[in-house]
Amino acid sequence: MKLVTAVIKPFRLDDVRDSLAQIGIKGMTVTEVKGFGRQKGHTELYRGAEYAVDFLPKIKLEIAVTADLVDQAIEAISDSAKTGKIGDGKIFVYDIDQVMRIRTGETGTDAL
Amino acid sequence: MEDILNLRYALDTFYFLVMGAFVMWMAAGFSMLEAGLVRAKNTTEILTKNVALYAIACVMYMLVGYNLMYPGDAAVNSIWPGLSFLLGTENDPAAVLSASGESWYDGAYYSGRSDFFFQVVFVATAMSIVSGAVAERMKLWPFLAFCVVLTGFIYPIQGFWKWGGGFLDGMGFSDFAGSGVVHLTGATAALAGVWMVGARKGKYSKDGKVQALPGANLPLATLGTFILWLGWFGFNGGSELVISNVGEANAVAAVFVNTNAAAAGGVVAALLAAKIILGRADLTMVLNGALAGLVAITAEPLAPSPLAATLIGAVGGAIVVLSVLGLDRLRIDDPVGAISVHGVVGIWGLLAVPITNSDASLITQLIGAAAIFGFVMIASLIAWGAIKAVAGLRVTEEEEYRGVDVSECGLEAYPEFTSGPK
Repeated sequence: MKLVTAVIKPFRLDDVRDSLAQIGIKGMTVTEVKGFGRQKGHTELYRGAEYAVDFLPKIKLEIAVTADLVDQAIEAISDSAKTGKIGDGKIFVYDIDQVMRIRTGETGTDAL
Repeated sequence: MEDILNLRYALDTFYFLVMGAFVMWMAAGFSMLEAGLVRAKNTTEILTKNVALYAIACVMYMLVGYNLMYPGDAAVNSIWPGLSFLLGTENDPAAVLSASGESWYDGAYYSGRSDFFFQVVFVATAMSIVSGAVAERMKLWPFLAFCVVLTGFIYPIQGFWKWGGGFLDGMGFSDFAGSGVVHLTGATAALAGVWMVGARKGKYSKDGKVQALPGANLPLATLGTFILWLGWFGFNGGSELVISNVGEANAVAAVFVNTNAAAAGGVVAALLAAKIILGRADLTMVLNGALAGLVAITAEPLAPSPLAATLIGAVGGAIVVLSVLGLDRLRIDDPVGAISVHGVVGIWGLLAVPITNSDASLITQLIGAAAIFGFVMIASLIAWGAIKAVAGLRVTEEEEYRGVDVSECGLEAYPEFTSGPK
Protein backbone atom coordinates (compact mmCIF):
# COMPACT_ATOMS: atom_id res chain seq x y z
CA MET A 1 0.00 0.00 0.00
CA LYS A 2 1.28 3.44 -0.88
CA LEU A 3 0.49 7.00 0.17
CA VAL A 4 0.65 9.25 -2.87
CA THR A 5 1.12 12.86 -1.80
CA ALA A 6 0.88 15.69 -4.31
CA VAL A 7 1.44 19.43 -3.83
CA ILE A 8 -0.43 21.21 -6.61
CA LYS A 9 -1.74 24.64 -7.61
CA PRO A 10 -5.08 25.22 -5.88
CA PHE A 11 -7.10 25.95 -9.02
CA ARG A 12 -6.17 22.53 -10.47
CA LEU A 13 -7.86 20.65 -7.61
CA ASP A 14 -11.21 20.08 -9.31
CA ASP A 15 -9.58 18.64 -12.44
CA VAL A 16 -7.29 16.39 -10.41
CA ARG A 17 -10.22 15.12 -8.37
CA ASP A 18 -12.15 14.30 -11.55
CA SER A 19 -9.30 12.44 -13.24
CA LEU A 20 -8.63 10.41 -10.06
CA ALA A 21 -12.32 9.52 -9.93
CA GLN A 22 -12.04 8.25 -13.50
CA ILE A 23 -9.44 5.66 -12.44
CA GLY A 24 -11.52 4.58 -9.48
CA ILE A 25 -9.91 6.63 -6.71
CA LYS A 26 -12.71 8.46 -4.92
CA GLY A 27 -11.30 9.19 -1.47
CA MET A 28 -8.63 11.73 -0.57
CA THR A 29 -7.45 14.17 2.08
CA VAL A 30 -6.80 17.73 1.10
CA THR A 31 -4.90 20.39 3.07
CA GLU A 32 -4.29 24.05 2.35
CA VAL A 33 -0.56 24.70 2.54
CA LYS A 34 1.94 27.39 1.59
CA GLY A 35 5.18 26.80 -0.20
CA PHE A 36 7.65 27.65 -2.90
CA GLY A 37 10.25 25.84 -4.91
CA ARG A 38 11.70 27.53 -7.90
CA GLN A 39 8.60 29.69 -8.29
CA LYS A 40 9.37 32.80 -6.32
CA GLY A 41 6.65 34.94 -4.75
CA HIS A 42 5.48 38.35 -5.85
CA THR A 43 5.51 41.82 -4.33
CA GLU A 44 2.55 43.89 -3.30
CA LEU A 45 2.46 47.64 -2.69
CA TYR A 46 0.71 49.30 0.30
CA ARG A 47 0.95 53.09 0.57
CA GLY A 48 4.27 53.10 -1.20
CA ALA A 49 5.86 50.33 0.81
CA GLU A 50 6.61 47.09 -1.00
CA TYR A 51 6.19 43.81 0.75
CA ALA A 52 7.22 40.43 -0.56
CA VAL A 53 4.83 37.50 -0.51
CA ASP A 54 7.29 34.57 -0.65
CA PHE A 55 5.02 31.70 0.17
CA LEU A 56 2.40 30.82 -2.37
CA PRO A 57 -0.83 29.05 -1.54
CA LYS A 58 -0.86 25.40 -2.63
CA ILE A 59 -3.04 22.34 -2.08
CA LYS A 60 -1.63 19.11 -0.66
CA LEU A 61 -3.52 16.03 -1.74
CA GLU A 62 -3.06 12.62 -0.14
CA ILE A 63 -4.48 9.35 -1.44
CA ALA A 64 -3.88 5.86 -0.11
CA VAL A 65 -3.81 3.24 -2.88
CA THR A 66 -2.69 -0.33 -3.57
CA ALA A 67 0.75 -0.54 -5.14
CA ASP A 68 -0.65 -1.53 -8.56
CA LEU A 69 -2.56 1.76 -8.87
CA VAL A 70 0.38 4.02 -8.05
CA ASP A 71 1.59 4.60 -11.60
CA GLN A 72 -1.92 5.36 -12.87
CA ALA A 73 -2.50 7.72 -9.97
CA ILE A 74 0.74 9.57 -10.62
CA GLU A 75 -0.12 9.90 -14.30
CA ALA A 76 -3.66 11.10 -13.56
CA ILE A 77 -2.50 13.69 -11.07
CA SER A 78 0.35 14.90 -13.16
CA ASP A 79 -1.67 15.25 -16.36
CA SER A 80 -4.50 17.17 -14.71
CA ALA A 81 -2.38 19.33 -12.38
CA LYS A 82 0.11 20.41 -15.05
CA THR A 83 -0.12 23.96 -16.46
CA GLY A 84 3.35 23.99 -17.95
CA LYS A 85 4.20 27.13 -15.96
CA ILE A 86 6.62 27.21 -13.08
CA GLY A 87 5.09 26.23 -9.69
CA ASP A 88 3.06 23.19 -10.83
CA GLY A 89 4.21 21.18 -7.83
CA LYS A 90 5.55 17.72 -6.98
CA ILE A 91 4.32 14.20 -6.26
CA PHE A 92 5.79 12.00 -3.50
CA VAL A 93 5.13 8.32 -2.88
CA TYR A 94 5.48 6.78 0.58
CA ASP A 95 5.06 3.30 1.93
CA ILE A 96 2.09 2.67 4.22
CA ASP A 97 2.68 0.19 7.07
CA GLN A 98 -0.86 -0.07 8.37
CA VAL A 99 -4.35 1.06 7.40
CA MET A 100 -7.64 0.70 9.32
CA ARG A 101 -11.18 1.86 8.53
CA ILE A 102 -12.36 3.23 11.83
CA ARG A 103 -16.09 2.55 11.42
CA THR A 104 -15.81 -1.16 10.57
CA GLY A 105 -12.40 -2.15 11.86
CA GLU A 106 -11.27 -3.46 8.43
CA THR A 107 -7.52 -3.44 7.92
CA GLY A 108 -5.08 -3.71 5.07
CA THR A 109 -6.21 -3.37 1.46
CA ASP A 110 -9.85 -3.86 2.55
CA ALA A 111 -9.58 -0.51 4.28
CA LEU A 112 -8.43 1.36 1.18
CA MET B 1 -42.92 90.79 12.61
CA GLU B 2 -42.69 88.69 15.73
CA ASP B 3 -43.81 85.66 13.74
CA ILE B 4 -41.04 86.18 11.24
CA LEU B 5 -38.40 86.55 13.97
CA ASN B 6 -39.69 83.45 15.71
CA LEU B 7 -39.51 81.53 12.49
CA ARG B 8 -36.04 82.77 11.63
CA TYR B 9 -34.68 81.89 15.05
CA ALA B 10 -36.31 78.47 14.92
CA LEU B 11 -35.09 77.77 11.41
CA ASP B 12 -31.53 78.86 12.11
CA THR B 13 -31.45 76.92 15.36
CA PHE B 14 -32.84 73.87 13.63
CA TYR B 15 -30.34 74.21 10.82
CA PHE B 16 -27.48 74.57 13.29
CA LEU B 17 -28.56 71.53 15.28
CA VAL B 18 -28.96 69.33 12.24
CA MET B 19 -25.56 70.39 10.87
CA GLY B 20 -24.10 69.63 14.28
CA ALA B 21 -25.66 66.18 14.17
CA PHE B 22 -23.99 65.62 10.79
CA VAL B 23 -20.64 66.50 12.32
CA MET B 24 -21.33 64.14 15.21
CA TRP B 25 -21.77 61.42 12.61
CA MET B 26 -18.16 62.04 11.55
CA ALA B 27 -17.18 60.27 14.77
CA ALA B 28 -18.55 57.12 13.16
CA GLY B 29 -16.61 57.97 10.02
CA PHE B 30 -13.33 58.28 11.86
CA SER B 31 -14.04 55.08 13.78
CA MET B 32 -14.66 53.06 10.62
CA LEU B 33 -11.80 54.61 8.69
CA GLU B 34 -9.31 53.90 11.45
CA ALA B 35 -10.72 50.45 12.19
CA GLY B 36 -10.23 49.58 8.55
CA LEU B 37 -6.66 50.79 8.30
CA VAL B 38 -5.21 49.12 11.40
CA ARG B 39 -4.47 45.43 11.68
CA ALA B 40 -7.15 43.07 13.00
CA LYS B 41 -5.38 42.58 16.30
CA ASN B 42 -5.56 46.31 17.05
CA THR B 43 -9.13 47.04 16.02
CA THR B 44 -10.97 46.93 19.35
CA GLU B 45 -8.56 49.38 20.91
CA ILE B 46 -8.92 52.00 18.20
CA LEU B 47 -12.70 51.72 18.36
CA THR B 48 -12.61 52.08 22.13
CA LYS B 49 -10.43 55.18 21.75
CA ASN B 50 -12.82 56.70 19.23
CA VAL B 51 -15.94 56.21 21.31
CA ALA B 52 -14.22 57.33 24.49
CA LEU B 53 -12.59 60.43 23.02
CA TYR B 54 -15.91 61.62 21.67
CA ALA B 55 -17.45 61.31 25.10
CA ILE B 56 -14.49 62.89 26.90
CA ALA B 57 -14.55 65.79 24.46
CA CYS B 58 -18.22 66.39 25.18
CA VAL B 59 -17.67 66.38 28.93
CA MET B 60 -14.49 68.48 29.00
CA TYR B 61 -15.83 71.05 26.57
CA MET B 62 -18.97 71.44 28.64
CA LEU B 63 -17.02 71.67 31.90
CA VAL B 64 -14.40 74.17 30.83
CA GLY B 65 -13.53 74.18 27.14
CA TYR B 66 -16.48 76.05 25.68
CA ASN B 67 -16.10 78.97 28.06
CA LEU B 68 -12.36 79.14 27.33
CA MET B 69 -13.06 79.30 23.63
CA TYR B 70 -16.00 81.70 23.76
CA PRO B 71 -15.62 83.92 26.80
CA GLY B 72 -17.39 86.76 25.01
CA ASP B 73 -17.02 89.98 26.92
CA ALA B 74 -15.41 88.15 29.84
CA ALA B 75 -12.18 87.60 27.90
CA VAL B 76 -9.13 88.76 29.85
CA ASN B 77 -7.18 89.82 26.76
CA SER B 78 -6.81 88.68 23.15
CA ILE B 79 -4.46 85.81 24.04
CA TRP B 80 -5.75 84.47 27.35
CA PRO B 81 -9.52 84.02 27.49
CA GLY B 82 -9.92 83.55 31.23
CA LEU B 83 -11.17 80.46 33.03
CA SER B 84 -14.79 79.67 33.90
CA PHE B 85 -16.81 76.49 34.24
CA LEU B 86 -20.07 75.04 32.99
CA LEU B 87 -22.35 76.46 30.36
CA GLY B 88 -24.10 79.76 30.81
CA THR B 89 -27.80 80.49 30.46
CA GLU B 90 -29.87 80.20 27.29
CA ASN B 91 -31.24 83.17 25.35
CA ASP B 92 -34.36 84.69 26.82
CA PRO B 93 -37.13 84.59 24.18
CA ALA B 94 -38.54 87.97 25.19
CA ALA B 95 -35.13 89.59 24.95
CA VAL B 96 -34.49 87.97 21.57
CA LEU B 97 -37.85 89.00 20.13
CA SER B 98 -37.52 92.57 21.29
CA ALA B 99 -34.58 93.05 18.94
CA SER B 100 -35.48 94.99 15.83
CA GLY B 101 -35.36 93.32 12.46
CA GLU B 102 -32.41 95.45 11.32
CA SER B 103 -30.26 94.60 14.33
CA TRP B 104 -31.28 90.95 14.30
CA TYR B 105 -27.91 89.55 13.35
CA ASP B 106 -26.11 91.74 15.88
CA GLY B 107 -27.82 89.91 18.69
CA ALA B 108 -28.76 86.32 19.44
CA TYR B 109 -30.30 84.79 16.37
CA TYR B 110 -30.10 81.14 17.31
CA SER B 111 -30.16 79.16 20.53
CA GLY B 112 -27.11 79.40 22.74
CA ARG B 113 -27.29 75.70 23.48
CA SER B 114 -27.29 74.98 19.74
CA ASP B 115 -24.07 76.93 19.50
CA PHE B 116 -22.53 74.74 22.18
CA PHE B 117 -23.78 71.62 20.43
CA PHE B 118 -22.33 72.65 17.10
CA GLN B 119 -18.98 73.56 18.67
CA VAL B 120 -18.62 70.47 20.85
CA VAL B 121 -18.75 68.13 17.89
CA PHE B 122 -15.90 70.10 16.32
CA VAL B 123 -13.67 69.47 19.32
CA ALA B 124 -14.38 65.79 19.06
CA THR B 125 -13.38 65.89 15.39
CA ALA B 126 -10.06 67.54 16.20
CA MET B 127 -9.32 64.98 18.88
CA SER B 128 -10.15 61.99 16.74
CA ILE B 129 -7.46 63.03 14.27
CA VAL B 130 -4.92 62.05 16.89
CA SER B 131 -6.16 58.52 17.51
CA GLY B 132 -5.32 57.21 14.05
CA ALA B 133 -1.77 58.55 13.99
CA VAL B 134 -0.72 56.88 17.24
CA ALA B 135 -2.61 53.65 16.59
CA GLU B 136 -1.30 50.12 17.19
CA ARG B 137 1.33 50.97 19.80
CA MET B 138 -0.02 53.52 22.28
CA LYS B 139 -1.58 52.56 25.58
CA LEU B 140 -5.26 53.33 25.92
CA TRP B 141 -5.50 55.23 29.20
CA PRO B 142 -2.56 57.58 28.61
CA PHE B 143 -4.18 58.44 25.28
CA LEU B 144 -7.44 59.27 27.04
CA ALA B 145 -5.51 61.40 29.51
CA PHE B 146 -4.15 63.45 26.61
CA CYS B 147 -7.69 63.68 25.31
CA VAL B 148 -8.72 65.47 28.51
CA VAL B 149 -5.96 68.04 28.03
CA LEU B 150 -6.54 68.68 24.32
CA THR B 151 -10.32 68.97 24.48
CA GLY B 152 -10.40 70.89 27.75
CA PHE B 153 -7.55 73.33 27.20
CA ILE B 154 -5.30 73.19 24.14
CA TYR B 155 -7.99 73.23 21.45
CA PRO B 156 -10.19 75.85 23.18
CA ILE B 157 -7.33 78.30 23.70
CA GLN B 158 -6.18 78.32 20.07
CA GLY B 159 -9.83 78.24 19.03
CA PHE B 160 -10.42 81.37 21.07
CA TRP B 161 -7.65 83.14 19.17
CA LYS B 162 -9.65 82.88 15.97
CA TRP B 163 -13.33 82.02 16.49
CA GLY B 164 -13.61 83.37 20.02
CA GLY B 165 -12.49 86.80 18.93
CA GLY B 166 -8.87 86.61 20.04
CA PHE B 167 -5.78 88.09 18.43
CA LEU B 168 -5.77 85.98 15.27
CA ASP B 169 -9.27 87.13 14.48
CA GLY B 170 -8.19 90.66 15.23
CA MET B 171 -5.40 90.53 12.66
CA GLY B 172 -7.64 89.24 9.89
CA PHE B 173 -6.69 85.57 9.93
CA SER B 174 -9.33 83.70 7.95
CA ASP B 175 -10.50 80.15 8.73
CA PHE B 176 -14.14 79.56 7.82
CA ALA B 177 -14.71 76.06 9.18
CA GLY B 178 -11.39 75.06 10.67
CA SER B 179 -8.58 73.92 8.37
CA GLY B 180 -6.38 75.51 10.99
CA VAL B 181 -8.44 75.57 14.18
CA VAL B 182 -9.59 71.97 13.88
CA HIS B 183 -7.50 70.06 11.37
CA LEU B 184 -4.06 71.56 11.80
CA THR B 185 -4.57 71.47 15.57
CA GLY B 186 -5.44 67.80 15.55
CA ALA B 187 -2.59 66.93 13.20
CA THR B 188 -0.06 68.90 15.26
CA ALA B 189 -1.10 67.13 18.43
CA ALA B 190 -0.88 63.88 16.48
CA LEU B 191 2.62 64.66 15.25
CA ALA B 192 3.74 65.43 18.80
CA GLY B 193 2.23 62.13 19.91
CA VAL B 194 3.90 60.17 17.12
CA TRP B 195 7.26 61.68 18.05
CA MET B 196 6.76 60.78 21.68
CA VAL B 197 5.51 57.23 21.15
CA GLY B 198 7.75 56.21 18.25
CA ALA B 199 7.12 54.14 15.16
CA ARG B 200 5.55 50.70 15.16
CA LYS B 201 8.00 47.85 15.53
CA GLY B 202 9.08 46.57 12.20
CA LYS B 203 7.77 49.55 10.24
CA TYR B 204 11.18 50.95 9.37
CA SER B 205 14.21 48.75 8.93
CA LYS B 206 17.72 49.88 9.79
CA ASP B 207 18.65 50.27 6.14
CA GLY B 208 15.82 52.73 5.59
CA LYS B 209 13.37 50.34 4.00
CA VAL B 210 9.68 50.90 4.75
CA GLN B 211 7.68 47.82 5.69
CA ALA B 212 4.02 47.62 4.75
CA LEU B 213 1.61 46.88 7.63
CA PRO B 214 -1.63 46.62 5.69
CA GLY B 215 -4.99 47.50 7.18
CA ALA B 216 -7.41 44.71 7.97
CA ASN B 217 -10.64 45.94 6.47
CA LEU B 218 -10.72 48.23 3.46
CA PRO B 219 -14.52 48.11 3.15
CA LEU B 220 -14.74 49.73 6.59
CA ALA B 221 -12.11 52.28 5.63
CA THR B 222 -14.10 53.19 2.54
CA LEU B 223 -17.36 53.37 4.47
CA GLY B 224 -15.65 55.62 7.00
CA THR B 225 -14.46 57.94 4.27
CA PHE B 226 -17.93 58.30 2.79
CA ILE B 227 -19.39 58.92 6.24
CA LEU B 228 -16.81 61.67 6.80
CA TRP B 229 -17.64 63.12 3.37
CA LEU B 230 -21.32 63.28 4.30
CA GLY B 231 -20.57 64.68 7.73
CA TRP B 232 -18.44 67.40 6.18
CA PHE B 233 -21.53 69.00 4.67
CA GLY B 234 -22.46 69.72 8.25
CA PHE B 235 -18.93 70.76 9.13
CA ASN B 236 -18.65 73.38 6.38
CA GLY B 237 -22.34 74.01 5.79
CA GLY B 238 -23.04 74.64 9.43
CA SER B 239 -20.12 77.01 9.71
CA GLU B 240 -22.11 79.52 7.68
CA LEU B 241 -24.14 79.61 10.95
CA VAL B 242 -27.33 80.94 9.41
CA ILE B 243 -29.70 79.99 6.59
CA SER B 244 -32.84 82.04 7.10
CA ASN B 245 -32.64 84.60 4.33
CA VAL B 246 -32.03 84.49 0.60
CA GLY B 247 -28.40 85.53 0.77
CA GLU B 248 -27.55 83.08 3.50
CA ALA B 249 -29.44 80.21 1.90
CA ASN B 250 -27.52 80.79 -1.29
CA ALA B 251 -24.30 80.86 0.67
CA VAL B 252 -25.07 77.54 2.32
CA ALA B 253 -25.81 75.99 -1.05
CA ALA B 254 -22.51 77.27 -2.40
CA VAL B 255 -20.69 75.82 0.57
CA PHE B 256 -22.28 72.40 0.06
CA VAL B 257 -21.41 72.41 -3.64
CA ASN B 258 -17.83 73.52 -3.04
CA THR B 259 -17.30 71.02 -0.26
CA ASN B 260 -18.43 68.19 -2.49
CA ALA B 261 -16.40 69.50 -5.43
CA ALA B 262 -13.22 69.71 -3.43
CA ALA B 263 -13.57 66.13 -2.23
CA ALA B 264 -14.12 64.99 -5.79
CA GLY B 265 -11.07 66.92 -6.94
CA GLY B 266 -9.05 65.37 -4.15
CA VAL B 267 -10.07 61.85 -5.18
CA VAL B 268 -9.18 62.33 -8.83
CA ALA B 269 -5.86 63.96 -8.03
CA ALA B 270 -4.88 61.27 -5.55
CA LEU B 271 -5.88 58.56 -8.00
CA LEU B 272 -3.69 60.06 -10.71
CA ALA B 273 -0.84 60.84 -8.34
CA ALA B 274 -0.81 57.28 -7.00
CA LYS B 275 -0.95 55.86 -10.49
CA ILE B 276 1.91 58.04 -11.68
CA ILE B 277 4.16 57.73 -8.62
CA LEU B 278 3.40 54.19 -7.46
CA GLY B 279 2.29 52.67 -10.72
CA ARG B 280 -1.16 51.72 -9.53
CA ALA B 281 -4.26 53.16 -7.87
CA ASP B 282 -3.95 52.57 -4.13
CA LEU B 283 -7.40 52.64 -2.50
CA THR B 284 -6.04 53.95 0.78
CA MET B 285 -4.39 56.87 -1.02
CA VAL B 286 -7.64 57.60 -2.84
CA LEU B 287 -9.53 57.65 0.45
CA ASN B 288 -6.93 60.01 1.89
CA GLY B 289 -7.33 62.10 -1.25
CA ALA B 290 -11.05 62.61 -0.66
CA LEU B 291 -10.42 63.72 2.90
CA ALA B 292 -7.53 65.93 1.82
CA GLY B 293 -9.81 67.70 -0.64
CA LEU B 294 -12.31 68.27 2.14
CA VAL B 295 -9.66 69.62 4.51
CA ALA B 296 -8.27 71.89 1.82
CA ILE B 297 -11.59 73.62 1.19
CA THR B 298 -12.56 73.87 4.85
CA ALA B 299 -10.76 77.19 5.37
CA GLU B 300 -12.78 78.87 2.63
CA PRO B 301 -15.67 76.88 1.18
CA LEU B 302 -17.82 79.91 0.32
CA ALA B 303 -15.77 82.23 -1.85
CA PRO B 304 -14.47 79.91 -4.57
CA SER B 305 -16.37 78.96 -7.69
CA PRO B 306 -17.12 75.24 -7.96
CA LEU B 307 -14.29 74.90 -10.45
CA ALA B 308 -11.85 76.65 -8.13
CA ALA B 309 -13.03 74.49 -5.25
CA THR B 310 -12.39 71.37 -7.31
CA LEU B 311 -8.87 72.55 -8.07
CA ILE B 312 -8.14 73.50 -4.47
CA GLY B 313 -9.26 70.03 -3.45
CA ALA B 314 -7.20 68.48 -6.22
CA VAL B 315 -4.03 70.19 -5.02
CA GLY B 316 -4.82 68.80 -1.59
CA GLY B 317 -5.20 65.33 -3.04
CA ALA B 318 -1.87 65.52 -4.80
CA ILE B 319 -0.14 66.92 -1.73
CA VAL B 320 -1.47 64.15 0.49
CA VAL B 321 0.00 61.38 -1.65
CA LEU B 322 3.42 63.03 -1.62
CA SER B 323 3.14 63.73 2.08
CA VAL B 324 2.25 60.17 3.03
CA LEU B 325 5.28 58.89 1.13
CA GLY B 326 7.43 61.71 2.48
CA LEU B 327 6.56 61.17 6.12
CA ASP B 328 7.51 57.51 5.78
CA ARG B 329 10.87 58.63 4.39
CA LEU B 330 11.26 60.78 7.51
CA ARG B 331 10.31 57.73 9.59
CA ILE B 332 7.22 59.42 11.00
CA ASP B 333 4.86 56.47 11.33
CA ASP B 334 1.24 57.43 10.73
CA PRO B 335 -0.90 54.35 10.01
CA VAL B 336 -3.85 56.30 8.61
CA GLY B 337 -2.18 59.36 7.07
CA ALA B 338 -3.81 61.72 9.58
CA ILE B 339 -0.86 64.09 9.81
CA SER B 340 -0.71 64.35 6.03
CA VAL B 341 -4.45 64.76 5.48
CA HIS B 342 -5.19 67.17 8.30
CA GLY B 343 -1.84 68.88 8.94
CA VAL B 344 0.05 69.25 5.70
CA VAL B 345 -3.13 69.81 3.70
CA GLY B 346 -4.60 71.88 6.55
CA ILE B 347 -1.77 74.34 6.01
CA TRP B 348 -2.45 74.31 2.26
CA GLY B 349 -6.12 75.01 3.02
CA LEU B 350 -5.20 78.05 5.08
CA LEU B 351 -2.74 79.38 2.51
CA ALA B 352 -5.22 78.87 -0.34
CA VAL B 353 -7.79 81.25 1.19
CA PRO B 354 -6.32 84.45 -0.30
CA ILE B 355 -6.62 82.93 -3.78
CA THR B 356 -10.38 83.34 -3.74
CA ASN B 357 -10.98 85.59 -0.73
CA SER B 358 -9.45 89.03 -1.08
CA ASP B 359 -10.12 89.87 2.58
CA ALA B 360 -7.38 87.47 3.57
CA SER B 361 -3.67 87.89 2.98
CA LEU B 362 -0.96 85.29 2.64
CA ILE B 363 1.07 86.83 5.44
CA THR B 364 -1.75 86.70 7.99
CA GLN B 365 -2.59 83.15 6.96
CA LEU B 366 1.04 82.17 7.50
CA ILE B 367 1.09 83.85 10.88
CA GLY B 368 -2.10 82.10 11.87
CA ALA B 369 -0.81 78.71 10.74
CA ALA B 370 2.44 79.26 12.58
CA ALA B 371 0.71 80.42 15.75
CA ILE B 372 -1.61 77.42 15.83
CA PHE B 373 1.14 74.97 14.95
CA GLY B 374 3.60 76.46 17.44
CA PHE B 375 1.22 76.64 20.36
CA VAL B 376 -0.37 73.24 19.83
CA MET B 377 3.00 71.58 19.27
CA ILE B 378 4.56 72.99 22.43
CA ALA B 379 1.48 72.38 24.56
CA SER B 380 1.08 68.86 23.19
CA LEU B 381 4.72 67.95 23.70
CA ILE B 382 4.42 69.08 27.31
CA ALA B 383 1.23 67.09 27.81
CA TRP B 384 2.48 63.95 26.08
CA GLY B 385 5.79 64.28 27.88
CA ALA B 386 4.17 64.56 31.28
CA ILE B 387 1.90 61.58 30.61
CA LYS B 388 4.87 59.57 29.33
CA ALA B 389 6.86 60.36 32.47
CA VAL B 390 4.02 59.38 34.77
CA ALA B 391 2.45 56.43 33.02
CA GLY B 392 4.40 55.61 29.88
CA LEU B 393 2.91 55.89 26.42
CA ARG B 394 3.86 52.72 24.64
CA VAL B 395 2.91 49.07 25.11
CA THR B 396 5.70 46.54 25.49
CA GLU B 397 7.20 44.87 22.46
CA GLU B 398 5.46 41.62 23.27
CA GLU B 399 2.10 43.34 23.76
CA GLU B 400 2.54 45.13 20.45
CA TYR B 401 3.23 41.85 18.71
CA ARG B 402 0.24 40.17 20.32
CA GLY B 403 -1.96 43.13 19.50
CA VAL B 404 -3.24 45.95 21.71
CA ASP B 405 -6.75 44.47 21.62
CA VAL B 406 -5.52 41.68 23.85
CA SER B 407 -3.20 43.72 26.04
CA GLU B 408 -5.22 46.93 26.49
CA CYS B 409 -8.80 45.78 26.00
CA GLY B 410 -8.87 42.05 26.66
CA LEU B 411 -11.31 41.81 23.77
CA GLU B 412 -10.65 40.83 20.16
CA ALA B 413 -12.50 42.46 17.30
CA TYR B 414 -12.47 39.39 15.04
CA PRO B 415 -12.20 36.50 17.51
CA GLU B 416 -12.92 33.82 14.93
CA PHE B 417 -10.14 35.03 12.67
CA THR B 418 -7.46 35.79 15.23
CA SER B 419 -6.71 33.76 18.31
CA GLY B 420 -10.00 33.95 20.24
CA PRO B 421 -12.25 31.04 21.20
CA LYS B 422 -13.66 29.14 18.20
